Amino acid sequence: MKPKAFDYLKVSSAEEALAALAQGGEDARIIAGGLSLMPMLNFRLAEPSVLIDISKIDSLNYIRETGGSVEIGAATRQADLMRWDGLERKLPLLHAACPYIGHYQTRAKGTVCGSLSHADPSSELPLCMAVLGGEVDLQSATGKRTLAADQFQTGMLSTAKQTGEMLVAARYPTAKSGEGYAFTEMAQRRGDFAIVALAAVVNANKIKLGIGGVADKPTVREWDVLEGDALDDALNEFAWDLGGYDDIHATARYRRELVRRLGRRVIEEAKSCRS
Amino acid sequence: MADVAEVKKYLGQPIERVEDDILLMGKAQFSDHLPTRAGTQHAAILRSPHAHAKIISIDTSKAEKIPGVVTVMTGDDVKEMSEAFLIVLRQPINQWALAVDKVRYVGEPLAMVVARNRYIAEDALSEIDVVYEAMKPIIDQEEAISDDAPIVHEAVGSNVVSTRDFTYGEPDKAFAEADKIVKMTVRYPRNSQTPLEGFVVTADYHQGENLYDVASNYQGPFTSHPVMSMALRVKNSQLRMRTPQWSGGGFGVKVQIFPYVVLMCLASKKTGKPVKWVEDKLEHLSAAAAAPNRLVQMEAAVKNDGTVTGFRFDQQDDYGAFLRAPMPGPLYRMHGILTGAYDIKHLSVTNRVVMTNKCPGAMVRGFGGPQMYYAIERIMQKVAIELDMDPLDVIRKNVVPAGVFPYRAAAGALIDSGDYPAAIEQAVNEGALNELKKHRDEMRAAGKKYGIGYAVIVEPAQSNMGYLSNILPRDERQRNPKGGAVANATVNVDPLGTVSVTADSIPQGQGHMTILSQIVADVLGLTPDHIKVNLDFDTAKDAWSIATGNYSSRFSSATTVACLKAAEKVKAKLSRIASQTLNVPAEKLEFVDGKIRDPANPENGINFYRAAGTAHWTPGNLPDDMEPCVRETGSWSPPELESPNEKDQINTSLTYGFVFDFCGVEIDQDTGEVRIDKYVTMHDSGTILNPLLAEGQVHGAFAWAVGCALYEEFVYGDDGSFLTGTFADYLVPTCWEIPEPQIVHMESPSMVTPLGAKGIAEGNCMSTPVCLANAVADALDVEDITLPMTPSRIGAMIHGEEKPPANNKPVAAAPIKGQGNVLRGTGDTFVPADPQEVWNTLLDPEALASVIPGCHKLDLVGENSYQADVSLGVGPVRGRFKANVALTEMVEPEKATLSGGLIGPLGASQGSGHVSLSAAEGGTKVTYDYAIELTGTVASVGGRLLKGAAKALVNQFFQRLGAQVGGTPDTGEASWWRKLLRSLGLAK
Repeated sequence: MKPKAFDYLKVSSAEEALAALAQGGEDARIIAGGLSLMPMLNFRLAEPSVLIDISKIDSLNYIRETGGSVEIGAATRQADLMRWDGLERKLPLLHAACPYIGHYQTRAKGTVCGSLSHADPSSELPLCMAVLGGEVDLQSATGKRTLAADQFQTGMLSTAKQTGEMLVAARYPTAKSGEGYAFTEMAQRRGDFAIVALAAVVNANKIKLGIGGVADKPTVREWDVLEGDALDDALNEFAWDLGGYDDIHATARYRRELVRRLGRRVIEEAKSCRS
Repeated sequence: MADVAEVKKYLGQPIERVEDDILLMGKAQFSDHLPTRAGTQHAAILRSPHAHAKIISIDTSKAEKIPGVVTVMTGDDVKEMSEAFLIVLRQPINQWALAVDKVRYVGEPLAMVVARNRYIAEDALSEIDVVYEAMKPIIDQEEAISDDAPIVHEAVGSNVVSTRDFTYGEPDKAFAEADKIVKMTVRYPRNSQTPLEGFVVTADYHQGENLYDVASNYQGPFTSHPVMSMALRVKNSQLRMRTPQWSGGGFGVKVQIFPYVVLMCLASKKTGKPVKWVEDKLEHLSAAAAAPNRLVQMEAAVKNDGTVTGFRFDQQDDYGAFLRAPMPGPLYRMHGILTGAYDIKHLSVTNRVVMTNKCPGAMVRGFGGPQMYYAIERIMQKVAIELDMDPLDVIRKNVVPAGVFPYRAAAGALIDSGDYPAAIEQAVNEGALNELKKHRDEMRAAGKKYGIGYAVIVEPAQSNMGYLSNILPRDERQRNPKGGAVANATVNVDPLGTVSVTADSIPQGQGHMTILSQIVADVLGLTPDHIKVNLDFDTAKDAWSIATGNYSSRFSSATTVACLKAAEKVKAKLSRIASQTLNVPAEKLEFVDGKIRDPANPENGINFYRAAGTAHWTPGNLPDDMEPCVRETGSWSPPELESPNEKDQINTSLTYGFVFDFCGVEIDQDTGEVRIDKYVTMHDSGTILNPLLAEGQVHGAFAWAVGCALYEEFVYGDDGSFLTGTFADYLVPTCWEIPEPQIVHMESPSMVTPLGAKGIAEGNCMSTPVCLANAVADALDVEDITLPMTPSRIGAMIHGEEKPPANNKPVAAAPIKGQGNVLRGTGDTFVPADPQEVWNTLLDPEALASVIPGCHKLDLVGENSYQADVSLGVGPVRGRFKANVALTEMVEPEKATLSGGLIGPLGASQGSGHVSLSAAEGGTKVTYDYAIELTGTVASVGGRLLKGAAKALVNQFFQRLGAQVGGTPDTGEASWWRKLLRSLGLAK
């Protein structure tokens, strides 16, 4: 498994990265942690002409609060997010979700924005962004734009990012008082791709449940606060609407059942966590 | 019987391993680290994306032109330069190092590029053009035996390549007289203990000497050495096999490296330079090795009091596409001990060897044991259930009793020693079984699903080299009887008295250097760190035989004994030398603390190194009949390992340990996960040579066994595509998934080996999978348990009827039963043009070329039949393919069937779909459905994403059709991303 020849550019500013992207065209790719991209190169499933390494761009390595959100720069590692001392208070959903992201070793290199760009349907960071209603900043040599989560994530491994654009920052809304958050995931081994990932946000009036790993991208549904059978019925409907699929690890039926059972669990947990 | 050695100072002690510092600090030199000669070239292998296909042509001309490529070889070259590999069965199953005429499994090597480096070699692989004629593959072992199944080897005429029946005692009588006959059908899955380090081969052909010099991580048994030399058409001495003493795991798998050794030898012969090949993980998982999956229809003849009087086995092992030596070992290695731990005198066996279009079956740790005990211990649980008895009471009633050893089992195993009832009691007490039972009751009272399982096994070690000959009827095997198991080791004392040891083990991290240093230290009165053990192996320099290597847990009973003998010879020689100086008879001298001395008068002694020095520095002072130097080789083959007798009985192994396991599991009722709450495992492996190493072996076998029980399986699609090509899909458990077992020990020394030690390396891989299955069966009160017991499978057993959707709402994508990995979908789109216009577009090559995603070129090659060059991908994944598409069953302008295939470096695909056009307001409604089979790299690594990707691609096609016909054609110049966005309706 050796990749096809490619050029490698280590850049130290966002401008350099964008200039290189513009020049490289469709076959240029940004690399930060490389944890999803390098295996693809080694399998020759992807053959970029140039890799632009943004992992050492200091100006993109930050976590800061802005308005009602926490903004995370493109060079910020997942491990750094986990170590951020505001995580539990400000982003309790991510605090619950981060331990499920890959492994301790991969989180040392993998970046938050890299995971969002990669848009794997099972990934935790895109799911949290969908449920919390976050947004991303896309920048190119010619301009900048901001997209909401549901505009950015378009499908399996696909985002609205266009050729020449780079994801420079992501923003997750901070926790609101009166809201409870919970996250859980079912995978066969610790660190595996989720068979089903579930994130819940509950406040006095609404329940929001996001499901990853079942459809092409995270799917979020919102209800007025429900209990007992009504909640079970709503989860059942959600499960059937998602459908699920068979693969070697799990049947569609199993996936739907997890939506029902773990969906209930995670919603109850979020309710009990309300501040 | 061999003498049991005296109590030793170091042997039996928990001496820390000499290997650990080197391994943990990353200082070990594995095969890929070995220095290579200047000019060494590198190989990459082209592997079949099809499970079953004729090779029509291979065009290597483009590949050969790439700068840095030295040569490209195909099966035709290999067939000309070498012989087919010898196998034990006399069947026309011919295998060369590259596929000849046909490919028979996904991953089968069919061409090889040799280049300046591996990167260039892989560049060249994608330029090799192979034309295949795909054939229907046979994947399921049960379908493989039916009359209309595709045949893997036509010359044989059947997929069942060997059938043998065996009868011991009077099984028909036992079954006729039974109070009850208990029946069960079990299936054991296909898996492997995948080593961290794959195959590595560097072959160097020395033209002047007509000698092949190979450095690799081959692990033996060296029965395959002559297989290689004969394939290469050279004498055995012209194939020099060298292996380093550091290997990143073998587990039996690295005997299967031999076809690649031959392949690299031929490459080196052709290019005149050394050729190196390092296997990657995708190659390994798809094509290196798989323990055969087994179907067993089993019967037990039972008395009402729980006594089992007879077993009937109908066993069928699936060896995939080829039998590589030593296959079909797993079906015969355990033969003598088919009655397990039980005192059963009547046995009937039918063994079938079946071929399918899958990776060739292999020697893997356990070597038939996991499969055999799964059948035995599952049926013994069923016996207990049917008699309403405690399973442990049924076990106690039937195990071989104490005091009868050595015990000759019905099929020929000579069980050396043991006390099974005592071992069981010890484990029950130390493991607190009674408390576990109470705990189960409490859990059940609280509504939980909790179960207890048991398993007893007899663990054989050190194979009788004649074990495979039992596959031949008696008159055939008489011509060339095989038996025994030869071990060799050499102890050398140099001019300054330092001791070095070499031996015929090829270690993979078990700690053999440590144990050998303990043995020699004890014999010679030195400390272990004075003994330098080197286990690098070289057939040109070291003593070896067909049994050389590391497999079947032979080290503890074989290599150790050879080493002991060598050390004792050294001791005898040095005693005679010292005796001259000390004037004490040689046999009275003792070796203690670096001295050779008179025990009656310890002052009268000389230093060890002085005695040894005499043999080098002053050979004239040696006794007249004594040769100079101190270098002794010990060789040993135990007499108990005879060829099968005229009744087909054979003592298939030398030593037999005993393992008794019990465990408690809880099933999560929401997720179906199996949680191992408690696991107790009792081991009687004879005399323990080093408790730290013994525990390491138990942990290792247990860890893999948990993998086999809950996580690991090689999965194939019905089309033969290989679906577990990465460790994201072939799930090897990590430390989080493995609980700590409670290990209980007992030592019944073996009297057939001087050190009393039995093998300990395999036990839990035979006992733990079935013990866990029994516990889950107990928890869920079900009979049909298939490994691995994944959450989804268990969920299906416990979740009951699914709650239907409310109000008859239509459900999304219903799951398809049967054809598991055919990607299916349906959809529709609206095109603002009338049906005739849409129809014309479908039939217009130029228009079609702009509609097919990523199409570079489209040619009409026949009536309504096209060939295209396309680049296809989803997200960042993209590859180039040759496509052929045909339109049939056409009803203008209403409907057509499209069918075709794709082939490219990333994989191959066959598919078909239907398109219907119906007039709608303002245009045409286009309705479509498709079914696509996908195989190759993309199928092996992309598994979980394939359905979505296929859907995205098909949707692209039809969206683009709409755009094309609707008057907004794509130009070829637009960026791929833009095309995708447009096709998804997100951009103009």
